[in-house]
Amino acid sequence: MKRKLISALISASLAFTGLAHAQAPKAAAAPAGKLSNDTLKIGVLTDMSGLYADFGGPGAVLAARMAVEDFGGKMFGKNIEVISADHQNKPDVAKNLTQQWFDRDNVDATFENLNSGVALAVTALGKEKNKLTVVTGAASSRLTNDSCQPGTAIHWVYDTISLANVVGNAVVKAGGDSWFFLTADYAFGHSLEKDTGDVVKASGGKINGAVRHPLNATDFSSFLLQAQTSKAKVVGLANAGGDTVNSIKAAAEFGITKSQNLAALLMLITDVHALGLNTAQGLYLSEGWYWDMNDENRAFAKRFEARNNGKKPNMNQVGVYSAVSHYLKAVRAVGTDDTTPVVKKMEEMPINDVFAKNGKLRPDGRMVHDMHLFLVKKPSESKGPWDYYKHMGTVKGEDAFQSIEKSQCPQFKKG
Amino acid sequence: MSLSKTGVLYIAVLALACAAPFIGGYPLFLMKCLCFALFACAFNLLIGFTGLLSFGHAMFFGMAAYIAAHSAKVWGWTPEVAIIAATLGSAALGYVTGWLAVRRQGIYFAMITLALSQMVYFFCVQAPFTYAEDGIQSVPRGKLFGVISLADDRVMYYFVLAIFVFGYWMIHRIIHSPFGQVLKSIRENEPRALSLGYEVHKYKLLAFVLSAALAGMAGATKALALGLATLTDVQWQMSGEVVLMTLLGGMGTIAGPVVGSTIIIAMQNYLSGFGSWVTIIMGATFVVCVLAFRRGIVGELQHFLKSRSNKA
Repeated sequence: MKRKLISALISASLAFTGLAHAQAPKAAAAPAGKLSNDTLKIGVLTDMSGLYADFGGPGAVLAARMAVEDFGGKMFGKNIEVISADHQNKPDVAKNLTQQWFDRDNVDATFENLNSGVALAVTALGKEKNKLTVVTGAASSRLTNDSCQPGTAIHWVYDTISLANVVGNAVVKAGGDSWFFLTADYAFGHSLEKDTGDVVKASGGKINGAVRHPLNATDFSSFLLQAQTSKAKVVGLANAGGDTVNSIKAAAEFGITKSQNLAALLMLITDVHALGLNTAQGLYLSEGWYWDMNDENRAFAKRFEARNNGKKPNMNQVGVYSAVSHYLKAVRAVGTDDTTPVVKKMEEMPINDVFAKNGKLRPDGRMVHDMHLFLVKKPSESKGPWDYYKHMGTVKGEDAFQSIEKSQCPQFKKG
Repeated sequence: MSLSKTGVLYIAVLALACAAPFIGGYPLFLMKCLCFALFACAFNLLIGFTGLLSFGHAMFFGMAAYIAAHSAKVWGWTPEVAIIAATLGSAALGYVTGWLAVRRQGIYFAMITLALSQMVYFFCVQAPFTYAEDGIQSVPRGKLFGVISLADDRVMYYFVLAIFVFGYWMIHRIIHSPFGQVLKSIRENEPRALSLGYEVHKYKLLAFVLSAALAGMAGATKALALGLATLTDVQWQMSGEVVLMTLLGGMGTIAGPVVGSTIIIAMQNYLSGFGSWVTIIMGATFVVCVLAFRRGIVGELQHFLKSRSNKA
């Protein structure tokens, strides 16, 4: 009775001391927070063995584990669990697994979710079950536009619009003012070509032409000859995955890279590593993170590669680390793993970690942070493995990503 | 005597299937198993009972999934109408494909079906209504006959179970009908069937259309149960997977494909925690199956039981 009285007095006095003071004791009292089912479980759903295994895969799972370890491994005295699964790039497997995670295994949030088919299925499911789904690896800008799920789905690392903005804008500024597009002939390629082309024109460049190639093409010679005769300074590769790799290889064989620069719209350092500098040199690409940019990044990459067979992380994997860390901080701050308040808190807190500086999570689920343009070095310029990029410029987050005013997300659509 | 024994077995399995969601089975997973089981059974009708190896069955499965998803999501059709429309669509596609393919045999037959299914695949990549690599997502399950809401997983499960039982019963009927006997005779010896006066082409074509329609029914049901239709369903890998399911369970046995598909789906789902090992384990299983028990699981079991009763 007496104790109750005292605590009532204390809380009353705290209430009077105003907001600034009340915040501090709240944070200190946070370890007494409550978790649903008494656990905090994080699921990492990715492609472990297929086409995108280097894009996310085991490295993404490791990044999530590292985030949990760096956080201390415990939330309110309970162990934080990380479970992972291979969706084999099958959206139906992904949906089945995730729903099982939410319904039976008490998973509180899932991360990674690469492959846009998978990402769209999983984010829709998250909305239905009111669980947080964070997408890092998928590129589709639909995730924050017509298929947005504000409040439960977050798109952390990049999207097709930001890639188009950064590559289009910064390459023109770096002198590449005439473009020719090599485009995969389906919706994704078309939209990438259109988005980038618009940016190029807006930045003062011109488009010399474009050629469409079928999806999963093997022979790029005739397309590349057209690119060569176009005399454009930059050949933009509006394709993805195996098509990008094959077109870069073929371009190197044709000697196109001697007179023209390639600009890949979707490519990461792990892909450059797989191709080798001989083939990939002179290629423009955009990433949000590179290990050799500052000491903090180098230190993180060193810790990461020691546990990842000597492979440095790409922006997607560091993005997973960042997203998981931010999520854990938010859970600690609000003292619950309830999705709605946690997401609110994630939006309130600026994101400052190894991945992003002053990153901001918008209410439509878009995480806004700076993006960089890189040029792949010549073999002679490289000091060794993983020394691949020359930094060509940084695009501020608000210029790189689509503004919320332009969003097609029904909840934020203007007019 | 043996017939009643199988009858009892069927009833027991059906009772188990009805009780499954209440004794620990996860409804969404069970639905997926049933859809793929029906797909494999439809495929088995062709390879196991007619002796035709189609390497393009994914086109019927996937196209039906797209038709059902589109008609349920965009046009707002009720689930049963969407499934019927998709089944008819697949049957029509099966008629065109079959009409071309049954003129050739063996590897040529397989290649024609593969080529046509690749054409369907590229159509799905290009067509705007399929959303290419994103797929048609968030397909509503709708209300059965406009009345019963299927949003609950358990309700949907019984709907899927009913469709599966209907499909399985159809296949059972087809195989045990005089028409089915003719199909088997074609499988055993086509020239002899021809010389007996059967119009072999017509029989093969009808079997092909029936198989395509049932595969379509499975695909359409899957699209509604999982709420999505994507390129994975029309890809050639899916055609390969259904061959694997059928071989693993037992080609030419009516229950084999059900067993085979359940094992494959369970592996995809429950081994996914092993990461990159899933595909290796699946490959190894296939190798062991082909080397050690070529009749498939159910086929070997039947053979074992038969040889034991012969001895007795």
